[in-house]
Amino acid sequence: MTSWVETVSLTLPRRRRAARVFALACRLITWSGVVLLGVLLVHVSREGFQWLDWDFLTSFPSRFAERAGIKSALMGTLWLIGGTGAVSIPLGVAASIYLEEYARPGRIKSIIEINIANLAGVPSIVYGILGLALFVRGMALGRSVAAGALTMSLLILPVIVITSREAIRAVPGSIRQAAFALGATRWQVTRDHVLPAALPGILTGVILAMSRAIGETAPLIMIGALTYVAFLPRGPADSFTALPIQIFNWASRQQAEFHGLAAAGIIILLVVLFVMNGVAVYIRNRSQRKPQ
Amino acid sequence: MHFGLAGAARRRWKEGAIQSALFVCAVVSVVTTVGIVIILGKESFGFFRHVSPAEFLFGTRWTPLLEPRSFGVLPLLCGTLLVVAGSSLIAIPIGLVSAIYLGEYASDRIRRIVKPVLEVLAGIPTVVYGYFAVSFITPMLMKAIPATQVFNAASASIVVGIMILPMVASLCDDALRAVPQSLRQAAFALGATKYEVSTRIVVPGALSGVIGSFVLAVSRAVGETMAVTLAAGATPRMTLNPLESIQTMTSYIVQVSLGDTPAGTVEYQTIFAVGALLFAVTLAANLGAHRVLRRFREVYE
Amino acid sequence: MTLVHPMRPPTREPGSAPAGARSAILEVENLSIWYGDNRAINGVSLKIPEKRITAIIGPSGCGKSTLLRTFNRMNDFIPGLRCEGRVRFQNRDLFASGVDPVEVRLRIGMVFQKPNPFPKSIYDNVIWGPAINGFRGDRDRLVEESLTRAALWDEVKDRLKDSALGLSGGQQQRLCIARALAMQPEIILMDEPASSLDPRSTARIEDLLFELKKLYTIVIVTHNMQQAARVSDFTAFLESGELIEFGETEQVFTRPKVKRTEDYVTGRFG
Repeated sequence: MTSWVETVSLTLPRRRRAARVFALACRLITWSGVVLLGVLLVHVSREGFQWLDWDFLTSFPSRFAERAGIKSALMGTLWLIGGTGAVSIPLGVAASIYLEEYARPGRIKSIIEINIANLAGVPSIVYGILGLALFVRGMALGRSVAAGALTMSLLILPVIVITSREAIRAVPGSIRQAAFALGATRWQVTRDHVLPAALPGILTGVILAMSRAIGETAPLIMIGALTYVAFLPRGPADSFTALPIQIFNWASRQQAEFHGLAAAGIIILLVVLFVMNGVAVYIRNRSQRKPQ
Repeated sequence: MHFGLAGAARRRWKEGAIQSALFVCAVVSVVTTVGIVIILGKESFGFFRHVSPAEFLFGTRWTPLLEPRSFGVLPLLCGTLLVVAGSSLIAIPIGLVSAIYLGEYASDRIRRIVKPVLEVLAGIPTVVYGYFAVSFITPMLMKAIPATQVFNAASASIVVGIMILPMVASLCDDALRAVPQSLRQAAFALGATKYEVSTRIVVPGALSGVIGSFVLAVSRAVGETMAVTLAAGATPRMTLNPLESIQTMTSYIVQVSLGDTPAGTVEYQTIFAVGALLFAVTLAANLGAHRVLRRFREVYE
Repeated sequence: MTLVHPMRPPTREPGSAPAGARSAILEVENLSIWYGDNRAINGVSLKIPEKRITAIIGPSGCGKSTLLRTFNRMNDFIPGLRCEGRVRFQNRDLFASGVDPVEVRLRIGMVFQKPNPFPKSIYDNVIWGPAINGFRGDRDRLVEESLTRAALWDEVKDRLKDSALGLSGGQQQRLCIARALAMQPEIILMDEPASSLDPRSTARIEDLLFELKKLYTIVIVTHNMQQAARVSDFTAFLESGELIEFGETEQVFTRPKVKRTEDYVTGRFG
């Protein structure tokens, strides 16, 4: 028997070449993503570094670029994050506890889960529209920190629920079983055993959700966070500005100095995000190393 | 020895109250969706009393803020489509190839460098990408192709592509890894090269997962706001030329909000009409993608 | 017109020669294999005879699969694997620097323990290997011939375009055999091909092997001693990576030369 394989040696070199080319192309293309990140960071640093000084952090925005700063934006972001956290963390964690520990499989549970999955994919600007109609006008909160915090809370709620659910699900069933066997109620089991075990995972998810909230601009524009704010908010009813809004405002101007200011603001923003993500990763790693 | 049976009723009541409270928190998500639908629907309804749905959906001029007023939304759809197409052209091939490389070729050490980089890229706020577009990409484009306008769709497309690339890479990576090793072994044993195994067996075997990731990325590009607002312009027009200034659905909504539009006017209602269209498109895309992804997961369980 | 290329055999003898004068198609010379620091195969030397069925038996973990996968360079995929010694296929060194593993696998095919058909149609499964390797002949005929030789043609001839995943376990394994046969290899390596199948499918595959050995050399790894005794002409007994005994099956099972072999085949351990 003569195999047809005898006749095909001619195509092997071509296939070998194709395989090598493809492997090289894969490597180049993948590393281009890394290179892009490098280019972006270098560009932002180069443009923004010169504008970064103590005055920048402690001044209000101004028509004059040399005197402009992000004090109000920073404080506004702080207020906003505080409010968002105060609303979304309890709501989100509570919802995830309900879905993981209490809800029985059925139509209601499916409806809630489908909703959360869909809401995670809704564009942030639609949340802005919702916030505008519901909080700013409907509940007459005006263009306030409160309206902003509530809108942002709704935006990041699905993220918190999804990550918290994963953290709770990762807690081994044996822990629950042992607690139940000792006669504990469901809430006692959850509060004293499940939540502490899931805490690192929940924290990580919360931090990541917050870092998303810090960077969001579109919803804040919709609810009317102002772009020229020369005062600091003193309460949840005050109007405010935020870091991404300020960056957006400067970036949309034509003059080069304002682009530099925008870059400086971006550096601050990225540093904050970097620190937050670093903390989240640290918590995750430490929890994985600890013996359970 | 007794166990406090008298407190049992109170304990039960407390447990019930806690469960109800938790349930209410969970239901907030449903309320949110209902709220979005009601609000978008109510104002859109008001809008469609002034403007016929046919004019809205099929008209090719969008000038709601200037006289003579025209409410055809196709230019906005066209602008969105242009940006989405451009960004998909970047994100989909690069994302898929990166996933193939990370899954089939790269060592653990390389994965440990590249994957976090992709995560960082995904976490950068969109306003930063918008700034990058106007301060770096656009000048470069204008130097390379003199016909490029100051505001153009291409610049926005490029950065939106970079923005959704990590999402495509990560989802495709998950999909490719779900293909069992035994299939690769069978293909290798038949004398296939790694290139052939990756492209003729692994990717086709993960096809619905890969397609699902593409659709999710496209949906994200449709909803993208800040990069297009900063870089793509505010000129609604029907064009396929990426070097021109255009306006997308999202950047129009921003433009109106930044201006002074009194509530109750038709201009104000355009926010909700366009918003409703945006919501419908992304919802359809997300539902489709999730159905495809769920079916894909079932095959490999 | 064909080019002479490295793996082309020098001569071919049609028909069968007497058992004693059987030529060795695969010669293993003092082969040792390490996984990192762990030595899995230790100084194995053996000659696989052509157009016969050779079984490799031994307790689990003794290195049978490792040895088998060396023959078609499937061990290349394991990082940290080191080989010493030589394996000659038709008098050519399999591990020589100029040898492309892809070419080796064109001539030495493999059937795996668990059936692993591609998520494609039955037809496409069989023709995939030849197609990507540049087969330009009559595809339908090759598919029919391969499926017939794998004793599957009658069952699937009317539904060649159906998905292979719809077949039963035994049918899928015969499909995998057909897929390997379509490459018209010299040797077919089988890594416990019936261990995940029910007894009836196992019996069908064993019947198949008797037919296949007229055309192909078969090396089969099995943990089932009765199967080895039923099916094979020659048996190699491996233990802890070492070749304890190799010879004609009848002799190894009834008059083993080494005590360890006798202990194993009589079931005293393993």
